[in-house]
Amino acid sequence: MQHQSITTGGVIAARDLSLTFQTNDGPVHALSDVNLDIGKGEFVSFIGPSGCGKTTFLRVIADLEQPTGGQILVNGMTPEEARRARAYGYVFQAASLYPWRTIEKNIALPLEIMGVSRSEQRERIARVLDLVDLAGFGKKYPWQLSGGMQQRASIARALAFDADLLLMDEPFGALDEIVRDHLNEQLLKLWDRTNKTICFVTHSIPEAVYLSTKIVVMSPRPGRVTDVIDSTLPKERPLDIRETPEFLEIAHRVREGLRAGHSYD
Amino acid sequence: MSAVAPIAGRRPSLVARAWNGTALPVTIVVLIIVAVWYVAAVFMNAPQEYDKAGRAGQTLTVSDLVTRTMAQERPVLPAPHQVVVELWDTTINKNITSKRSLVYHAWVTLSATLAGFAIGTVLGVGLAVFIVHNTAADRSLMPWIIASQTIPILAIAPMIIVVLYNIGLSGLLPKALISTYLSFFPVVVGMVKGLRSPDSMQLDLMRTWNASAAQTFWKLRWPSSMPYLFTSMKVAVAISLVGAIVGELPTGAVAGLGARLLAGSYYGQTIQIWSALFMAAGLAATLVALVGVAHSMVLRRMGQAE
Repeated sequence: MQHQSITTGGVIAARDLSLTFQTNDGPVHALSDVNLDIGKGEFVSFIGPSGCGKTTFLRVIADLEQPTGGQILVNGMTPEEARRARAYGYVFQAASLYPWRTIEKNIALPLEIMGVSRSEQRERIARVLDLVDLAGFGKKYPWQLSGGMQQRASIARALAFDADLLLMDEPFGALDEIVRDHLNEQLLKLWDRTNKTICFVTHSIPEAVYLSTKIVVMSPRPGRVTDVIDSTLPKERPLDIRETPEFLEIAHRVREGLRAGHSYD
Repeated sequence: MSAVAPIAGRRPSLVARAWNGTALPVTIVVLIIVAVWYVAAVFMNAPQEYDKAGRAGQTLTVSDLVTRTMAQERPVLPAPHQVVVELWDTTINKNITSKRSLVYHAWVTLSATLAGFAIGTVLGVGLAVFIVHNTAADRSLMPWIIASQTIPILAIAPMIIVVLYNIGLSGLLPKALISTYLSFFPVVVGMVKGLRSPDSMQLDLMRTWNASAAQTFWKLRWPSSMPYLFTSMKVAVAISLVGAIVGELPTGAVAGLGARLLAGSYYGQTIQIWSALFMAAGLAATLVALVGVAHSMVLRRMGQAE
């Protein structure tokens, strides 16, 4: 375990980060002594069984949960300062679009809140709709779109205000395998084009390996990081890269990490 | 959900829609009620007729009995057509400014109803907003609001009238306030639920955008609560009318549907009572329907065809 002072160069720096929930059944250690650095432009996946704290870690970054110990910096600021500076876009498992707003009005929502001018709103909406391949669907209501399209719209909404950091909490978890493959491919292209830093929570090993430059393997009780794997895959990743020996080797290491985390249950 | 466009089919004809819709069942139920009513009218008014015939030394045939029980001036239970004739007579055949016109009395009650409903809705929404944003208010106000509705309105209405009269308020406002007393309640309860209806994910999203409480309210909580608002307004407008009628009873029955009911019972004018009751029911149904129309207009504007 490293104990160094926090440098402010990276996007996220966590030192001995802990979070304990007090429940009626006693304390739950959602996060225990997490140390992690994420650099600019990285695509980091968090993988592990439920209860390992991967979502909690994302929520701590987003200032939706308060850590009970340790330190974390986001863009060199506290999570609260980062949130107030609108440093990140958050994508939840459900698209959570407002049913009474059209797709473009949904994307405009954060922009309205941030006081972006009308003309700039229009410009940004057109750009992000294009990025997620939804050009021409702006005037539709969410219920007129499929689940995959809704989730893409919610990604567009998170991209609209141009935060450099994208936090995604199992965004494709509720979608079927084929749609998921397609969206993974699109997400990689989007990441390549926009040069954003992405933190991606998943429970799918192939998804984590396919997408990431860095895979953080976590395990529960207490929630902690058991392995951090730097991917050796090239940046250009067609879908059939998933059959290469390199890919399988990384997937194997992730699986080993998950198994090790489970052994003292 | 899938990306299937709504099927653009031909609209079924009016007759087909009436047949498949609620028109037919409603008509059948109305016919059954009318039939039962006629039978009941004959039975309930019969003793009076037997009495009369006995005193005159006559014997009644069945057809005599039936026609006479349906033509009494002060029947125990007037026949439906007697009520319809009275309704027609007091609405169409009377000048609407006349005190004998049911339209005049209905307007007196309606104005108090609408005033009370408006005040009640505003008060209800205001209280709900306060309760949702303030935990102390949530804990302290809610029990009192619920307790307020356990007091029988008949008991409290005269006191409200008397107290307000003594501070110089009479006429429309005291009655409206009794309507308010009844109608704010469903609005508070419905709107507290409605304003709390956004799920934690939607509230978290607002937080990630660093939205202010006002922005969260206007962009998320308020639009989310619209279905709840209109549903509780439907209940509120109907009981506003009840409140206005009850409020007219202790004022000495000057004007309004409540006054008609009271005067009718003083003088045994059952036909007048029943026609006032029907006017009140028709009024309530119209008001509820109007709130329903407003509801679907708002929903359509919000892109949620229902």
